Amino acid sequence: MVLEGWPEVQGIPGWNFHQRHHRVHKDVDQAGRGLCPVDRLRCPNYTWDLGSRYSQLSQASLLRLYHRFRALDRNKKGYLSRVDLQQIGALAVNPLGERIIDSFFPDGNLRLDFPGFVRVLAHFRPVDDEDPGMRDPKEPEPLNSRMNKLRFAFQLYDLDRDGKISRHEMLQVLRLMVGVQVTEEQLESIADRTVQEADEDGDGAVSFLEFTKSLEKMDVEQKMSIRILK
Amino acid sequence: MEGAELAGKILSTWLTLVIGLILLPSAFGVSLGISEMYMKILVKTLEWATIRIEKGVSKESVLKNSASVGIIQRDESPMEKGLSGLRGRDFELSDVFYFSKKGLEAIVEDEVTQRFSSEELVSWNLLTRTNVNFHYISLRLTMVWVLGVIVRYCVLLPLRVTLAFIGISLLVLGTTLVGQLPDGSLKNWLSELVHLTCCRICVRALSGTIHYHNKQYRPQKGGICVANHTSPIDVLILTTDGCYAMVGQVHGGLMGIIQRAMVKACPHVWFERSEMKDRHLVTKRLKEHIADKKKLPILIFPEGTCINNTSVMMFKKGSFEIGGTIHPVAIKYNPQFGDAFWNSSKYNMVSYLLRMMTSWAIVCDVWYMPPMTREEGEDAVQFANRVKSAIAVQGGLAELPWDGGLKRAKVKDTFKEEQQKNYSKMIVGNGSL
Repeated sequence: MVLEGWPEVQGIPGWNFHQRHHRVHKDVDQAGRGLCPVDRLRCPNYTWDLGSRYSQLSQASLLRLYHRFRALDRNKKGYLSRVDLQQIGALAVNPLGERIIDSFFPDGNLRLDFPGFVRVLAHFRPVDDEDPGMRDPKEPEPLNSRMNKLRFAFQLYDLDRDGKISRHEMLQVLRLMVGVQVTEEQLESIADRTVQEADEDGDGAVSFLEFTKSLEKMDVEQKMSIRILK
Repeated sequence: MEGAELAGKILSTWLTLVIGLILLPSAFGVSLGISEMYMKILVKTLEWATIRIEKGVSKESVLKNSASVGIIQRDESPMEKGLSGLRGRDFELSDVFYFSKKGLEAIVEDEVTQRFSSEELVSWNLLTRTNVNFHYISLRLTMVWVLGVIVRYCVLLPLRVTLAFIGISLLVLGTTLVGQLPDGSLKNWLSELVHLTCCRICVRALSGTIHYHNKQYRPQKGGICVANHTSPIDVLILTTDGCYAMVGQVHGGLMGIIQRAMVKACPHVWFERSEMKDRHLVTKRLKEHIADKKKLPILIFPEGTCINNTSVMMFKKGSFEIGGTIHPVAIKYNPQFGDAFWNSSKYNMVSYLLRMMTSWAIVCDVWYMPPMTREEGEDAVQFANRVKSAIAVQGGLAELPWDGGLKRAKVKDTFKEEQQKNYSKMIVGNGSL
């Protein structure tokens, strides 16, 4: 089943969660369908619920994304490949299209399953107002926190994943965004200026901390959020 | 022996009925009213089925599948606002946010992909293929559905296959015979008769009900007829009301036989596969064809591929460079009775035809529109867009600028360059380096 493979939410052993989940969901199952057998991975309620806890998207949003995932999977393979995403017209004309697709296929993966798909999209969930202060520090940071959104943007620049944006990487991203419209010298001076402004420890590259610091006044939450309609 | 005699008797009665009730009337273009009655019964049954479902569904939970409705809240502000800048602002590290957000929005929802899957019906028309959420509602409904399956597969399908077979053989025979005659007005008249009769038979083979509007604008000789494309049946629908010269590639097999036979009776424009790539050759031959005012109007589908009949996609400019008068035609299918869209990546031709012949009916509207010509100072692309808008408005379809070929090929780089140009203007524009 495509819905398998959700990472365990940290700190909650699988079996106890499953038992607790059933106690919760027993009342909710209005259609009168029988409860799933013992195997937790085959319980559809379990996987939707776990997916929802993991990504903190509502079950309705998750269902819509699932249908979208299946619509993109033209050959019904059960997973997405790079080609499936490249065929989206509006993404192919996006100057950063290839980089965005890269973020779905980390570590040289060739297959994107639904949990992986949701994992990236969950970064763009709008930040709710009730989140700060109410969060249990033992639970992992939600995927759509400011830090995680910035991390997503950072790895669009940092191609070799060494934790730093070098001048060369900055140039590459700039070149993607402007195409052939700007000369090499102009581009180099823009890149130099940007790196110098952000770089604090003088190593000629922008680390993640320097990146976050230079953007501390930016309304990241609003710019990197996509609201899914009810 | 008795069994064989009985079978022979049944077959002959069957054939007589078919000839008497269907073939002869279609030769004379007359309708006996049987299909109208069939449609009325069908509509009543479907309405009943819908009401039953609505009663059943209201009790269920509301996690519905609505892939065709907008999923996300879109911020359609142009690039300048999205990047929070006036002209000439400098590059910021945060500029990637705008592009990444737009990219992710496209991944969640884009206009094009949803046009290449069949339209979702809000109510159910007793065909399981159109309702993804089908589940058991009531015994009566299931019984009606089973009855429907029996009717469709055991009664309608053999009838339709017989008709299609007769239609195609008549077409091949008829056109070959007519082709033997010397050129002249008799030959033209006969070939028209043969074409029309066989097309009417084939349309009845699909239980097609077609409404033609504005017949006074029907395409004239020496013009080019342009229409939106949903399935190969579009050709049948248009040729039932008038004769056209077709344009296309020479195929092998059954299609090839039909093509070769048709071209004997009246001139169509068939190209070899190698010739199709040479655009100048194609344009030249088409120009020659329309220059001859006695030849039939050419039928072209400028989208180049089948779209699911909810929208009209980019018209390729090739057909609009030939010159001559363009007669636009809008075709809109009614999805209630059967889904005519050919998803060529999902179904091959044979399974598509099978689906068509086991649907209830094909109901569509055809609107003929006043002829258009290219104006002074208008280039082919603008003219194509003008015609496209007219067709979209008439047919009640959405209009999209995207190329239908996107489902197969990568998008052109010119679109990406436009975005890059806009962005560069912003960061380099006033020389603030």
